[in-house]
Amino acid sequence: MCGFRKVSAMLRPAMSQPNDNIIEIRNLCFSRGSRAIFKGLNINIKRGEVTAVMGPSGTGKTTLLRLITRQLRPDSGQILVDGVDIATLNKKQLYQLRKRFGMLFQNGALLTDLSVFENVAFPLREHTELSNRLIRHVVLTKLHAVGLRGAADMMPAELSGGMARRVALARAMVTDPDILIYDEPFVGLDPISMGVIVRLVRRMNDALGISSILVSHDVDEISTVSDCSYLISDGKVAASGSPDELNRASSELVRQFMHGMADGPVAFHFQAPDYAEQLLGRDAE
Amino acid sequence: MIREIYILLVEFVRTFGGLTLFLIELLQQAPRTLVLRFRLVVAQVYNAGALSLVIIMICGGFVGGVLALQGYANLTRFGAEDAVGVFAGFALIKELGPVITALLFAGRAGTALTSEIGLMKATDQLSAMEMMAVDPIRRVVVPRFLGGVIAMPFLVAIFSCVGLLGAHLVGVNMLGIDVGAFWQQMQNSLDLRDVTEGILKSIVFGFIASLMAVWEGFNSIPTAEGVSRATTRTVVITAIAVLITDFMITAAFLRN
Repeated sequence: MCGFRKVSAMLRPAMSQPNDNIIEIRNLCFSRGSRAIFKGLNINIKRGEVTAVMGPSGTGKTTLLRLITRQLRPDSGQILVDGVDIATLNKKQLYQLRKRFGMLFQNGALLTDLSVFENVAFPLREHTELSNRLIRHVVLTKLHAVGLRGAADMMPAELSGGMARRVALARAMVTDPDILIYDEPFVGLDPISMGVIVRLVRRMNDALGISSILVSHDVDEISTVSDCSYLISDGKVAASGSPDELNRASSELVRQFMHGMADGPVAFHFQAPDYAEQLLGRDAE
Repeated sequence: MIREIYILLVEFVRTFGGLTLFLIELLQQAPRTLVLRFRLVVAQVYNAGALSLVIIMICGGFVGGVLALQGYANLTRFGAEDAVGVFAGFALIKELGPVITALLFAGRAGTALTSEIGLMKATDQLSAMEMMAVDPIRRVVVPRFLGGVIAMPFLVAIFSCVGLLGAHLVGVNMLGIDVGAFWQQMQNSLDLRDVTEGILKSIVFGFIASLMAVWEGFNSIPTAEGVSRATTRTVVITAIAVLITDFMITAAFLRN
């Protein structure tokens, strides 16, 4: 059954979808209070590819993921998944759509009252009528894929940060989603775990024929894993293209970001009054 | 000044409206949850009820004992020490049982519920559930709400019973009141209406305490400070709401 679904998902682009883009973001605007986070953002996520969204801290990368999954609603603009505007979906339809998504949260977001095994089994128990035996098979297979079959009986509190994220990855892919979303998957990982996750992201995307969206500011890792990258700055797409294209870009902003330069269009210092005046001026007394 | 009052008023109406919609959703989901997620509800009855038993029984015993001491000290002046049983029975079953249990419940189980749900929110567990197409209200909130609602009447009954035993221990065994008079007078004076009042209060208070606990947790600001504030609010608002409701129910049950 699952196998059939996977095959049909792989055939879908050729058969019934005239559009290459699984997700299209059109003219997206979103503000928090008086602060505008997105001012007319346009992004296309291609089917079957790993698309990376990069940007300096505070550019709203996580917010973008929450908008794509409609945990937040945009002020204006459209987000289309397979051509359907997600703003028009009712709660039931939205939950049906979310079954096609798998999401890896920044901190893993494992359910702390369930064991590792039960965490991974959670979506299957909620949405399917599979027998316990079959669930056990599927869960152990997924845990094996992330190298944590031996940790099945542990509780989330006993795991290290990297292990928790790998369990969360197993949970995100246990229902064989069409779209996998990764929120900062490389933050705070040791080099070994980082290498494992990078390989897993690529391998799962290619082996299972899914589409992946990856939000991160780790330029090196993104370059090895992504097919297409978007660099967001000041609420808009500042540059897009393959990692090579971005590396060769002439824009000051892109060069500053890709090469990690402290000085450039993105100021290191947050907006503040004059330094000398603040230290020596009247306020100092 | 007028602007501040206006903002407060709008905030109050917004909160009250939100609470009402939240309650409607809980009540809509409750029957399904009770059937389809029975085991989750049982686990929450255990968490809210069984784990509160020790504190409830200890407090019940001592409250009963104090009632007997105070009753005896005052009633002997009128030569009516045999009425200590009636005094303790009325006080426990109609008032102190439901009210003190509700306050203890808010402190023990209510705070646990609020902080648990608040921390689940702060650590993205509720968002993760939503992303897995599982409604957190159905999976997390409703079982906890039902657990509290079901556990509360039992806790009140246990509090009152242990309280009566405490009163018996102090009144009969320590102060020497006749055991027959103690229980017989209580039996003659308390009727079904009084017990009904106690039971009704226990159900209403259980409803209020559980609702406030899950509401505050679910709407807490997902930070350490936000969760701690929500936990404090649970106790404060539950205490106020319980005492106001207690006054209203008592007034409604007064014999003309």
